[in-house]
Amino acid sequence: MAWFKRAKENISSDSQKKELPDGLWEKCPSCGEIIHKKQLEINHWCCLKCNHHFRIGSDEYIKILLDDDSFKEINKKMRSANPLNFVDTKKYNDRIEDTIKKTNLFDAIKTGTGKINNREVAFGCMDFKFIGGSMGSVVGEKIARLIDRAIKNKIPLILISASGGARMMEGALSLMQMAKTSSRLAKLADEKIPYISILTDPTTGGTTASYAMLGDINIAEPKALIGFAGPRVIKQTIGRDLPVGFQKSEFLLEHGFVDTVIARKDMKNTISTFLDLVS
Amino acid sequence: MAKTILEFEKPIIELEERLTQMKRISNDLDIESEILLIEDKVKQLKESVYKSLTRWQRVQLARHPERPYTLDYIYLMTENFIELHGDRYFKDDKAIVGGFAKIDEYKVMIIGHQKGRDTKSNVYRNFGMPNPEGYRKALRLMKLAEKFNKPIITMLDTPGAFPGLEAEERGQAEAIARNLLEMSRLKVPIIVVVIGEGASGGALGIGVGDRILMLENCWYSVISPESCSSILWRSWDYKEQAAEALRLTAPDLVEQKIVDRIVPEPFGGAHKNHEEAALFLKKVIKEELAQLIKIKPDKLVDNRLEKFGKMGEWIE
Ligand SMILES: [Zn+2]
Repeated sequence: MAWFKRAKENISSDSQKKELPDGLWEKCPSCGEIIHKKQLEINHWCCLKCNHHFRIGSDEYIKILLDDDSFKEINKKMRSANPLNFVDTKKYNDRIEDTIKKTNLFDAIKTGTGKINNREVAFGCMDFKFIGGSMGSVVGEKIARLIDRAIKNKIPLILISASGGARMMEGALSLMQMAKTSSRLAKLADEKIPYISILTDPTTGGTTASYAMLGDINIAEPKALIGFAGPRVIKQTIGRDLPVGFQKSEFLLEHGFVDTVIARKDMKNTISTFLDLVS
Repeated sequence: MAKTILEFEKPIIELEERLTQMKRISNDLDIESEILLIEDKVKQLKESVYKSLTRWQRVQLARHPERPYTLDYIYLMTENFIELHGDRYFKDDKAIVGGFAKIDEYKVMIIGHQKGRDTKSNVYRNFGMPNPEGYRKALRLMKLAEKFNKPIITMLDTPGAFPGLEAEERGQAEAIARNLLEMSRLKVPIIVVVIGEGASGGALGIGVGDRILMLENCWYSVISPESCSSILWRSWDYKEQAAEALRLTAPDLVEQKIVDRIVPEPFGGAHKNHEEAALFLKKVIKEELAQLIKIKPDKLVDNRLEKFGKMGEWIE
């Protein structure tokens, strides 16, 4: 559940951005290089100097991974029903409204069908900027329906995760989305339809502990934070500093929980090749 | 062990102590009517306290250190229990226990989180917080149950999956995720019972089943009220509000259509009378088993998928 503080960290990087002239430039959070947005976009939103993978959203991934204009969104306007009428320092309803306005998204995942090198796929991509990419009823239901679509059309499933975990404001209902999505993946597996899980920075909590870890192959982007518990909680628990690279993609590769770490620019071809090999 | 008394239990216990005292001296004095009066008062006080527990008070009851744990229920409800150890990959996790046993005429696999009762046993049990090998042991036992066509009963009572360095190295997330997927397609009946704390993925990791039961004074949610308070209010002081906002009690979860049935506890909570608590639970489990064993395996799995598929609320 690390999304909240992380979101705050982001605010500082956002304000750094704003200091740069006319919003056309981005500063690499890793090496500090100032890069023109157009250049960044051509380079798949990776730093030209240090290859840092910028956090991007569903629109960017659709452009990078899917064939031009092939994406057809489903359940686009599905949105939270605020089942608990949740209020903390802010009303959940207001939080949702504000986020929808700010991000132009209805919830933390976009789902649909599209093509990868002419092969039809069921495609879902999370948006970390929507309440920390948290999984509530909408994310769970959209994934479940996407899996149904994959089964019905007999097409491979690809899910891109970027998430702080289950959404607190929907309580136990958010938790149950872990079971809902995982049980639907069991059905997909029974149908012998391939599922590729792509883990990006960050993927933690209930998202990792459900569909993100259940790919036939799990692919991580370089240096993404991937784990169950957040680093701060673990540090508190063990009472010492965490080793360098802990919970990063390469750490997961080393411990056997992702199959491969692939740079964003090579992602599309890797997916395409894999799907061809298992078809 | 010193008795733990919760703040809201205090006035009741004080009054009860006075009553005992009065009864002791009542042979010498004529205070029969006074005793009756106090007895009535105790009854009224209990009614008013326990009928209007706040959500936070329920959380406290769920964590009561004298509350029965998984092994207590196993000893009180079953016969011929043989505990089975180890995940066959790494080690035996003491925070999850399980094995075959008999509940009257039913032979079952029974698995649950296990807390300790004092410092020493809590360290041994890691405070009921499993590592990945705990979930993997649970899955191994569940597959055994499937192999021998025996129903599974799981008992949820954990403050969460252990957030440790080694737990991450060994794939805490993968272990939980794998269980969610595999439990959803086991071809034997699964009854899940929340008997204490149902903290997030650490609880759900053994919590996919055909019937979800919850004892009266338990909590089950995506996060503990304390952690929720610290994240959303940025302070540890809003745990009562967080408990209210999360709507994490048994009646709340029935309303959210997650829990099928509430299991009654002895008056004042399960910690007041372990035998009675186990008796109540045993009765409900037997009723549910009688229904579930009639359902064909494929239908059972379809129903389970549909059950979890329906959970959640959205607008389209
Ligand atoms: Zn850079």
